[in-house]
Amino acid sequence: MNLLLVLPIVIPLAAAAACLMVWRSRRAQRAIAVVTSFALLAAAIAVFAAVRERSFLITELGSWPAPFGIVLVADLLSALMLTVSAVIAVATTIYSLASMEARHERFGFYPLSMLLMMGVNGAFLTGDLFNLYVWFEVMLISSFVLMVLGGEKEQMESGIKYVTLNLISSSFFLTGIGVLYAVTGALNLADIARALPAAEQPGLVAAIAVIFLVAFGIKAAVFPLFFWLPASYHTPPAAVSAIFAALLTKVGVYALLRVFTLVFVHDPGFTHQLILLIAGLTMITGVLGAVAQNEFRRILSFHIISQIGYMIMGLGIFTSFALAASIFYVLHHIIVKANLFFISGIVHRIRGTYELKRLGGLQTLTPFLALLFFVPAMSLAGIPPLSGFFAKLGLVRAGIAAGEFPIVAAAVATGFFTLFSMTKIWNEAFWKPAPESTELPGWRAAARVMMVPVIALALLTVAIGLGAGWLFSVSLEASEQLMHREVYMRHVLEAGSR
Amino acid sequence: MRMLLPIVIGILYAAGLYMLLRRSMVKLIIGLGLLGHASNLLIFVAASGRGLVRGGPPIIPAGSDRVAGPMADPVPQALVLTAIVIGFAVQAFVLALFHRTHRAVGTDDLDAFTTTEES
Repeated sequence: MNLLLVLPIVIPLAAAAACLMVWRSRRAQRAIAVVTSFALLAAAIAVFAAVRERSFLITELGSWPAPFGIVLVADLLSALMLTVSAVIAVATTIYSLASMEARHERFGFYPLSMLLMMGVNGAFLTGDLFNLYVWFEVMLISSFVLMVLGGEKEQMESGIKYVTLNLISSSFFLTGIGVLYAVTGALNLADIARALPAAEQPGLVAAIAVIFLVAFGIKAAVFPLFFWLPASYHTPPAAVSAIFAALLTKVGVYALLRVFTLVFVHDPGFTHQLILLIAGLTMITGVLGAVAQNEFRRILSFHIISQIGYMIMGLGIFTSFALAASIFYVLHHIIVKANLFFISGIVHRIRGTYELKRLGGLQTLTPFLALLFFVPAMSLAGIPPLSGFFAKLGLVRAGIAAGEFPIVAAAVATGFFTLFSMTKIWNEAFWKPAPESTELPGWRAAARVMMVPVIALALLTVAIGLGAGWLFSVSLEASEQLMHREVYMRHVLEAGSR
Repeated sequence: MRMLLPIVIGILYAAGLYMLLRRSMVKLIIGLGLLGHASNLLIFVAASGRGLVRGGPPIIPAGSDRVAGPMADPVPQALVLTAIVIGFAVQAFVLALFHRTHRAVGTDDLDAFTTTEES
């Protein structure tokens, strides 16, 4: 019984409960949130270190042996995702200390974001399909409330779209679980993977695979299921949209990576080619959508979609090098995208708007912020030596090695358009003279705190770029684990007998 | 029963999707509810392995080490129960959200929800 794996779930749960007990005190809730996020980071690093040492950590909840009880499994992919989302939790908590309005904090921003982290961590750790559904719902219900926190009219409208499409995704997921259980009689992912070849119903299995592709595809916002994302991510407070942009779609990507390397690998000619096609279309539509936008956060939202295309491109190619590049891309993207949303929040704090038309002159007003924007923006576009360059390089090389030239062309073109979009934000918000030089009072004091996580994440982006070799080798180990699913299955199913 | 429930499930899915495609917010809620019920019933029926078993509790009688005769699989029922509870909570939230939205936007027509699409 290894209790380490329970910590990333229990810590935020306990913190959320504690926050509810001190509901009236904003200061106490803030203190709890800061302490918790650092504790979460420590726990995630501990899990990562243990996984590096022993390659698999498995906890059988209630000591029920594997196919019967629910297991928590941490392989390298889970551990990496846990760690990077804990980094985002720390960054968002510090950022929100200065950026959240009092009315948002009073209506439970901190306990809700803790519960969101619990759902995210649970989804990364669970080795049970139905349990994954439950963690998705924990994550979703917290995100629903965070999305409409504050109750502005446009938040309500976007909330409806967000909630509806995510609930449809959940019902697809549930349907898939039901049919899969009918075919295999199993819920444990490793057990499903073992029982599926014996089912000998290739048509039905392919249909189930597509049901899961749709369910997780909606969460991950892939073409043509992404419409909830650009309709909603630009409406909540900046800290909320940053944590959403960093983590929520990536949980969908994680679920796709997990399920399509562990369970549905019998017909890659169909499933993985389909994923590859979707990846290309997602990149292109996302980035073209961004070109048409003129609002800071809407541009960034469309870029999330195009980046999701890159992440599942490696899954579609389905070699261990390509998967490693995908994992690297996810890690890099979480940090960079959160940072860009943080910066958009600071810009909003200074000028009071996200409209590029009404922005401008920030380069002279605060050159340091301009520099800070430059790092993640160029990383997103894939300029060396920043993290995004190596992520894209890995995917392009994997694509060429596999002979998938159309997707490589799409990836390169998307990188070009991303650069165009980032330059547009740079020109409009920072470079051009301000059309109306409004400055909200007191922004300097607030921005000083808000810049702390921005600086930290920017440094991390540079560090990932400089230490790309190390992170890529870790990603490669993680993808080797994914490609050799029999090792995962053996570890999980034999955990009880050890 | 063997044929009736699959037909009912099919009708529920169809009706749920039809309701989702309507323009009214209230019908959207009903549609989401119907979809949830459809997937719950689907788990209940499809996941029961060799069909529904009546009067075969999965309990090993005293003095024996196996269940006598066909038994009902308890796992799908546990799943459905969990899914119903989650669905109930989500529905409650959705009702509250739609009520607030209706007050903020002042209409039930989903086609009027265009504030977030203008840039």
